[in-house]
Amino acid sequence: MIQETGANIIVHLLERQGIRIVTGIPGGMNLPLYDAFSRSTLIKHVLARHEQGAGFMAQGMTRSTGQPAVCLATSGPGATNILTAIADAKLDSIPIICITGQVPVPLIGTDAFQEVDTYGMTIPITKHNFLVRNAAELLTVIPEAFRIALSGRPGPVLIDVPKDVQNQTVTFEAWPEPGQATPTPAADPKDIAAAAQLINQAQRPILYLGGGVIHANAWETARALAEKAHIPSVMSLLGLGVLPAHHPLSLGMLGMHGARYANWALEECDLLIAAGSRFGDRATGKVAQFCPQAKIIHLDIDASEMDKIKKADIRVLGDLRDTLASLLPKIEAQDRTAWLTRVEALKKEHPLYPEAEALDPAGLIRTVGRLLPENAIVATDVGQHQMWTAQNYPHRQPRCWLTSAGLGTMGFGLPAAIGAALANPDRIVVSFSGDGSLLMNIQELATAVEENLNVKIILFDNQALGLVHQQQDLFFGKRYFASNFKFRTDFVKIAHGFGLRALTLNGSTEPEFLLEEALRTEGPFLIHVPMDVHDKVFPMVPPGAANKDMLGGDSHDRA
Amino acid sequence: MTALNLKRTVLELTVKNHPGVMSHVVGLFSRRAFNVEGILCMPVPDTDTSRIWLLVNDDDRLEQLIKQLQKLQDVIAVQQHGAAHDVFVRLETFFNA
Ligand SMILES: Cc1ncc(C[n+]2csc(CCOP(=O)(O)OP(=O)(O)O)c2C)c(N)n1
Ligand SMILES: [Mg+2]
Repeated sequence: MIQETGANIIVHLLERQGIRIVTGIPGGMNLPLYDAFSRSTLIKHVLARHEQGAGFMAQGMTRSTGQPAVCLATSGPGATNILTAIADAKLDSIPIICITGQVPVPLIGTDAFQEVDTYGMTIPITKHNFLVRNAAELLTVIPEAFRIALSGRPGPVLIDVPKDVQNQTVTFEAWPEPGQATPTPAADPKDIAAAAQLINQAQRPILYLGGGVIHANAWETARALAEKAHIPSVMSLLGLGVLPAHHPLSLGMLGMHGARYANWALEECDLLIAAGSRFGDRATGKVAQFCPQAKIIHLDIDASEMDKIKKADIRVLGDLRDTLASLLPKIEAQDRTAWLTRVEALKKEHPLYPEAEALDPAGLIRTVGRLLPENAIVATDVGQHQMWTAQNYPHRQPRCWLTSAGLGTMGFGLPAAIGAALANPDRIVVSFSGDGSLLMNIQELATAVEENLNVKIILFDNQALGLVHQQQDLFFGKRYFASNFKFRTDFVKIAHGFGLRALTLNGSTEPEFLLEEALRTEGPFLIHVPMDVHDKVFPMVPPGAANKDMLGGDSHDRA
Repeated sequence: MTALNLKRTVLELTVKNHPGVMSHVVGLFSRRAFNVEGILCMPVPDTDTSRIWLLVNDDDRLEQLIKQLQKLQDVIAVQQHGAAHDVFVRLETFFNA
């Protein structure tokens, strides 16, 4: 018989799950758990400076490796602080596990000190959640949490553990097996055959690749499919990297800030093959006018995504890796010369930032892309800098691109980059950030320094909430309100205060040399890049408009 | 209450019987802005499951709602009955003004 406390059970089950790093912040209601972690020789704890940071670090680990990661928070304010990172994981289908402390079971419902209804608050932002009522339940709940997080469409799971449950000793016979993904039933062969037939008959097909392709580890099969039948491919914000940016069949990103040629090609396609993408509004623009000439095939693991936004002609429900693998032999090799010639013409006609210069956002990002190795991991915050990076960074591999897509959370970049660096100690991690976003989780600079991580922050400082400023410029009669920072923050000094190396490219005559130096220096580094607040992300589809009505998308010459 | 049969449908859910289940089911309706006209929940004797009866609008979002219900981890099965199902009709006497 085994006799253990709830806290020890949690730690040991996480060890058996293969967890080697956890992030978090301790407090009264998870101290027994922290005490148990202090005795683990397998798991390293990384102390964040804000629970939201801990949550995004877990995301950075998971997004870069595909493996579930664990973050910890105490009850009350610890739990409320970590909610944003969980909601963010839900919208992007990221399987993280969050373990929160809770007041002892007899005090639940009494408005005890630091009591909030964590279970109730996390119902709508998790894939599933648990409130554990006795230590024996942990033996099923912990493996079950991992199983749920990883099965089907992945997502975050929260486990709320009252303090007395952490302290309770229980006796049991054996440790349960680690939780793992339940296999998804194979797609219906009839649907596969129908999809293959449509693809083989199509004159102007486009593949629309989303984050699901990466979650399913299906990028090689997706690439093989595109290449065999010569199908040009667009990617959602989360799908970037499925096809390398410079792949001849890549049309880059679609949608609100997509490539102009991608949006124009979608106007002309006669078949859209959506794989692991959910027709998000930033991608489709006004749905009724999205791909007006196309039939639609939707390949996905989540039945509730089928027909949710756009009615599909063929739905193939199943794990994308299996689905694409079954589809591949049924697809005829085709040259599709006419369609590819047309797509090439669109690319020439509507290029992205053709005159980018060294210190332009586009030019700078391309330079950084050139300086970085193939396996570099790139994170972003949210705003103009995010969209410029999505558009201009030479995405080369999947799982190297960490960005908050569905929730669009400012403050994501730095802690996500820290998490990626923790999980990939031999790789360089670069976070493209904005001044507004960095200020939202800047305290994690302390964590980056403490752990001496190879994280480089490239800070686009336009002294503004740039993307808000851009919308006020374009859609609110240039009435700039609450989008300029009146006071200039000295980020280099702040970085120094945290113990980081830092430099500014302001006034530099050899920015590329400075960049190269900074990227080559081991350890955390902040590179400050001054930006003009009037620089804009183009094209831009006005919110609610159709993609073809993108601004800066030279629609005038096609009306 | 004869309007009850107009564009309404009855859903029967078999769910795991634990304290959070109702919150998950009801929360889904409010989060997806879907109306529930009636709700009934009782444990199924001698099992660890409960049965939830829902009276909902039968509009073009119903299919999406059922798919979302099926995704809930604590929901074991969802069955759709015709509007003629009498579970709510038989309760009418308890709801007279
Ligand atoms: C937490 C959060 N609050 C508010 C917003 C709305 N928002 C979107 S972009 C943006 C401005 C971002 O500014 P900055 O990080 O400096 O990036 P820039 O656009 O200037 O490159 C704001 C406020 C958001 N996405 N996230
Ligand atoms: Mg800014």
